[in-house]
Amino acid sequence: MKYTEDHEWLKPEGDLVIVGITKHAAEQLGDIVFVELPEAGGKVSKGDNVVVIESVKAASDILAPIDGEIVEVNPALGDNPSLVNEDATGAAWFFKMRPANMADVDGYMDESAYNELIA
Amino acid sequence: MADPSDAALKRTPLFDLHERLGGKMVPFAGWEMPVQYPLGVMKEHLHTRAAAGLFDVSHMGQVILRPRSGNVEDAALALERLVPVDLLALKAGRQRYAMFTDNNGGILDDLMVANRGDHLFVVVNASRVEADVAHMRAHLGDDCEIEVISDRALVALQGPAAADVLHGIAHGTGTMKFMDVGIFHAGSTELWVSRSGYTGEDGYEISVPADKAGILAQLLLEKPEVEAIGLGARDSLRLEAGLCLYGSDIDEGTTPVEADLTWAIQKARRKGGVREGGFPGAERILGELAEGAVRSRVGLLPEGRAPMRGETQLFAAEDAELSVGQITSGGFGPSVERPVAMGYVATPHAASGTKLWGEVRGKRMPVTVADTPFHPHSYKR
Repeated sequence: MKYTEDHEWLKPEGDLVIVGITKHAAEQLGDIVFVELPEAGGKVSKGDNVVVIESVKAASDILAPIDGEIVEVNPALGDNPSLVNEDATGAAWFFKMRPANMADVDGYMDESAYNELIA
Repeated sequence: MADPSDAALKRTPLFDLHERLGGKMVPFAGWEMPVQYPLGVMKEHLHTRAAAGLFDVSHMGQVILRPRSGNVEDAALALERLVPVDLLALKAGRQRYAMFTDNNGGILDDLMVANRGDHLFVVVNASRVEADVAHMRAHLGDDCEIEVISDRALVALQGPAAADVLHGIAHGTGTMKFMDVGIFHAGSTELWVSRSGYTGEDGYEISVPADKAGILAQLLLEKPEVEAIGLGARDSLRLEAGLCLYGSDIDEGTTPVEADLTWAIQKARRKGGVREGGFPGAERILGELAEGAVRSRVGLLPEGRAPMRGETQLFAAEDAELSVGQITSGGFGPSVERPVAMGYVATPHAASGTKLWGEVRGKRMPVTVADTPFHPHSYKR
């Protein structure tokens, strides 16, 4: 798994990449009450706002970590946004992307570098 | 995150307790206050409605108005010059909601006024203490001695278990009714208690000597029913209860009539009343009472799960160009399990059930005008 400075995680799966936010990010956001996901099938560029997370406190944007196409979004988050608080790095993935260039993923931090960032 | 202005932030007598409890401290109205504890906003909110929550509200201003004549009616009549509320009818041992108005009919602050027999005791918003005290000194100074109480903390104990818990510590508080005030004792410590609050629940606000606040809070928190609750849940609780937040839902730009606070303006101060008018902005406020205001504060229920927050613009149609109002407070209501909001809309759109559209991140989403409270009040009347 790789990590961005924006507290997203990326997990390659075949020729796709699964994207979510870290447990640390979920804890900082507090109780999550709504997740607005993109439409599957759309092309996105790195840095695009693709997801909005609403916690009891505020709305936060989640950016596309790499260029590519959104191929699937997590249907479980619509009914149960609190899944993000319960299982941020597992069941609460946000979307799967087909990256324009799989090598883009390699540029991000590994777990120990990320843990240092949030320490 | 170190903010350069943090150095100037004030701390309440319960600051050490907040830190010990793991409270996440944030700047609020010049004070360093807990926004939440490890339990989190959602669970803190639900716990308050299920059992009891303890809130530190020591940042609020406590002020005594002592009549120079010795007659509390003179203090009541003096304060009536600044608020559209019947204070002469406020009996000893009772409290009333009021608002300071300005010459345009706008709201300078909202406050609680208690008649404590030989003087009035008022509680005002933290962000407005200095302005309110200056305002009262300027207009009431001839009639009242105005004493800002700086050696007492203020805590709120709210929720269905509050009465039993407090009665066990301060005997006699259990038989108080909503908006009663009185002096009670926990051991030898004098508590100034009112049965009121800002959550829609039964509960109390308790003024306690600053050096005894920690002990009282500990005593309350030792009870299994009581959890410490931060400002985050305080906000979601009051929003579900349909209660206004000064600075968001009411301010100098809103009148009490627009704000749907006419229930706080008693007959004696209205047109034809025994003490009609006589407060700042009376002409506009009494005019609006008679004719209606051009806009009204309403409850709003967004469809779906996306919260609509303050400043969301409201439209009468999905493709309408001009907005008909805007949201002033909004968020997720943990007890009603859906987003809730309040805001101002042009009066023709203010009827309960009216369908409107709120613009969230460039998209128009349906929202319905609704009665408040969203969660029923459970005051002990």
